[in-house]
Amino acid sequence: MNVELIQCSINKQYKMSASIVIFYILAAIILGGGILAVTAKKIFRSAIYLLFSLMGIAGLYFYLNYEFIAAVQIVVYIGGIVVLIIFSIFLTQASGKDMEKPKLMSVIVSAVAAVFACAIVISLINNYSFVATTNTAIEPTVKNIGRQMLSTTEHGFILPFEVVSMLLLAALIGSIVIALKPKTEA
Amino acid sequence: MNEIGLTHILFLSAILFFIGVYGFLTRRNMVTMLMSIELILNSVNINFVAFNKYLHAGKLDGTFFTIFIITIAAAEAAVAIAIIIHLYRSSKSIDVNDADLMKF
Repeated sequence: MNVELIQCSINKQYKMSASIVIFYILAAIILGGGILAVTAKKIFRSAIYLLFSLMGIAGLYFYLNYEFIAAVQIVVYIGGIVVLIIFSIFLTQASGKDMEKPKLMSVIVSAVAAVFACAIVISLINNYSFVATTNTAIEPTVKNIGRQMLSTTEHGFILPFEVVSMLLLAALIGSIVIALKPKTEA
Repeated sequence: MNEIGLTHILFLSAILFFIGVYGFLTRRNMVTMLMSIELILNSVNINFVAFNKYLHAGKLDGTFFTIFIITIAAAEAAVAIAIIIHLYRSSKSIDVNDADLMKF
């Protein structure tokens, strides 16, 4: 019995450390991809690094057991927005050429500002004690999300759902109108 | 430090946010600035999901906010890229310093 208990605790420790290792790998992918995306010299590479960063974020959602959000992240961001960005690069840029380098002064000032602001935020998070709710947890399954999103009762999200559908229609029409080639007068 | 908690994920999202801010301040190319905005929006989404999971597990509000932010980010990216392509047609450049069409 004692041996079993020890085995069990070893197993638990092993599992916990595996979870920590996975978290740090995901964090390295997200932050490394993000840093390379904002510093890469070639614009196309920058887009590909952004893709890696977004993939890492989808992995983080899987890690937190939010499968639906992870799927939405992959479909919308990786399958939609990054492809859109790559298309716009092909339409507007010579993607093989290096981009113009930012001025040294602007790099220094931006880096100092970002690092100091980041330090302030991190120290704030470090000193704040968060209080978790004691209510019973609702699993973020597709069923629960769908039921609450389309419900018309007090905690339903049907109104924002409809409003956002209108916003998408407006964005669709607006982007077509903006990007249309102007008619050349014959 | 032997378990991944809320603060770890908040640190991650704070660092990602300021990477996006750095990119937005240094880049002069509109497409790469748009990429930095995507990074910032994603760090916000991570925050919402983490708060929902660790502090308000009894509700799904963080999940819904994340879904709506992703939708609005998609709409925003579509409109922004349409504007960038139109601007490229009129001025043959997508550098923010060359965009002075609306200057009075």
